[in-house]
This record gives sequence, structure tokens and C-alpha cells, in this order.
Amino acid sequence: MKASIKAISYYLPEKIFSNEEYFQLFPEAIVNKENLLKIGVQERHIIDPTETASDIAVKAAKVLFSEHKIKPEEIDFLIFCAQEFDYYTPTSACVIHEKLNLPKNCGALDFNLGCSGYVYGLSLAKGLIESVGVKNVLFLTSSTLTKTFHKKDKSSLFIFGDGATATLISANNTTSGIGEFIFGTDGKGANKIIVKDGGARNSLSESSYIDKTDDYGNTTNDSSFYMNGVGVFVFGLNTVPKMVTELLLKESKEIKDIDLFIFHQANLFLIDKIRAKLEIPEEKIFNYMKNTGNTVSSSIPIVLSEAIKSGVAKKGDTILLAGFGVGLSWAATIVTL
Amino acid sequence: MNITDFIKKIETEIDEFEAGTLNPDTDLRKTTAWTSMHALIIIALIDTEYNVTITGEDLRTITSIEDLYNIIQSRIAV
Repeated sequence: MKASIKAISYYLPEKIFSNEEYFQLFPEAIVNKENLLKIGVQERHIIDPTETASDIAVKAAKVLFSEHKIKPEEIDFLIFCAQEFDYYTPTSACVIHEKLNLPKNCGALDFNLGCSGYVYGLSLAKGLIESVGVKNVLFLTSSTLTKTFHKKDKSSLFIFGDGATATLISANNTTSGIGEFIFGTDGKGANKIIVKDGGARNSLSESSYIDKTDDYGNTTNDSSFYMNGVGVFVFGLNTVPKMVTELLLKESKEIKDIDLFIFHQANLFLIDKIRAKLEIPEEKIFNYMKNTGNTVSSSIPIVLSEAIKSGVAKKGDTILLAGFGVGLSWAATIVTL
Repeated sequence: MNITDFIKKIETEIDEFEAGTLNPDTDLRKTTAWTSMHALIIIALIDTEYNVTITGEDLRTITSIEDLYNIIQSRIAV
């Protein structure tokens, strides 16, 4: 059997945090407004404090079921990609399984990755279908990163938004819609994007709440999210073009053979630099982060869903997907709709 | 490549720096305009123009545009 993407839907939390509100909160950032706008975000959706990543993932799955007339009983495997889980144990996918009324003979697992997570999840789904004999994988991604932000972390508050996505990957007899993969990891960069305290390694203590301000006037502490934005930018600029080139080589394809390139929506300024390095024509790039911000593992499926909805991506199109970020971790694949 | 061209490129790329306002002694980090977005713009500029990677740590060690220019020169030479 061969695996292919059958349907994608997504859910964004209701609460919107606009640029107008952002500049009211950080009036000192107004002088830098023109540069900040190059990132490509106008507004982001922020999760309600009473909701969790699994709650919005359930909502995304319900949107998928209703938009594409999918019955829960058709699902025989659930994969949940997130970084914020409901409990230390049990697995959030088991909790989601119950809320979606999925059948008892359906497998369910969580995995923890950020911006590279969607591509990794597609590789798991492909393996389950093409090697194990699973028929319909429900693959959910969810990011609620804004919950971890320090209230003075003006960079993260500008860039990121919350959101969840649901993708159905199904078996068919004829053609594989998910191609080769390139994976990469650099654990030396683990501290470049991190919430240091509050996990198993470092419990929360008084020192977790001591505020630190970096070279660029950005404040956070060890109980909150930290990102070395400049370091991550350099990582993206160096790693992504190499990964794309390697994947094209593995697939014996060239830029001209790809109909559309979808990069993790980290920052449109960065994506354009990556595009220029690879000499990809502008019309082959599709972005969608203006109304969402960087939604971590949900960013690629949101863009893909919007590309399909708007007609930019059509049946039969070959689309290169590239994710990169926290870990540091990266992955790319080529899908055919 | 020479430092005058490099400075012109920075002034073209970053709107806040008007032509003729920067010189080899300027400490970019001490200019009022300097934010992390400016660091990204400078890193991308150097990557595009000279195919040289400058890191956040490099930017932390320099105290003038000349220092930055010298780092680029040393990496082009390798």
C-alpha cells in the first residue's frame, strides 16, 4: 500500500493579539516597526489559559471530520505532535482518542517536536501505512507556546501564535503521495530554543524566576520560553538550503520540477533569504503567517491547507515541505497531492 | 571588496542608517537603531554578498564596523 495526504484542516483559538495591541504594550518597539513588519505577522491567535494543546487538537480534528466528511471509526492510528502535554503521564493521544470517539483498535502515540514536527509526523504516517498496514492515520499537531512566554519577551510575543492542525493520511493501491525524506539533528543547539526549568531536568526554584535581559533588550527567565533568535536565524540560513538541495538530489529532481515550496513559517525575512540562496522563483513560494504568526509544528499544515483552499496547490502538484527549529531539528520531504 | 563598499551596503540595507552616517569606527551595537532585527539583516547581507557566515557571538565580540569587516575578510581568505 502507498500513503498520501487526503485532507487537512486547522483550528485557531478565538482570541486575537494584533500588531496594534502589540505596539501599545511595547511602545519602545514602534521605532523598529518597519523592520518588525518584515517578519510578516499582523496578528496572532492566543490560546485561552483554561485550554490545552490537546483541547485545540481535538477541535482541529473535529473541523477535519466535518469539512471532509470523515467518520471517526475510519481512523486506525492517531499521532499527536506537540510540546505541551496535558499530564506527565498518560499520553495525550490517549486522552484525545477518547474525546474523538476513535475505535478501540486504533493505535495512539505522542511525539515531541516543534517546527520540524509536521515533516517527521508524515514520515511516521508513511511508515505505518506502507510497512505496517495501517489504513487511515489521523495526524494532529498543536502549539500553545504563548503560554510559556515571559510577559516582557517582546520578540516571542511578536513572532509566535497558537494553533492546531489535523491531517488525514490514507492508504491507496496506486501511487505514493509522500516521497523521500531528509532528517537532521544538532543537539548542541538544544539551548538555543528552550524552557529550562519546570521539566524533569531542572525543577522550578526561586532562581527560575530571576529575569534576564539579552543584548537586544529582550527579557525572560528560566521558567519561561527562551529563544536565541539570532542563533536560530543563522541555523536556518545555513541548514535549510543544504537540506533542500540534498532532498532534490535524493529525488533526482531540480527546483523546476517542484510546483510549490512550503517552508516552516519562522519569519518571512528568513524564508526570502533561503529562497534567494536556492534561486527559487518567487511564484513557487507560498506563505501564510500574516494572521497566525509562527505556529511551530502547525505552521506547515496551515500553509498547505491554505494553498489547497486558495487553489495555489492543485491535485497532482509536487510540493516540497521543509521544517526546522527547536532541537535543533530539521526535516524535509516532497508530497504529491 | 573594500570597507567603503561594505559600509555603503549596510546603509542601503538598513533604512535607519542614512548614507554617509556610518564609518569604520562605528560600533553598530551602540547605535540607537540596533535591535535583533538589525542583527538578522546584517547577517543576511554578509551571507548574500560575501557567502560568509557571521554568528550572534561574532556580533557580540566586535566593537566597530572595521572589526566586522576583518572577520569577513578572514573567512573569505580561508
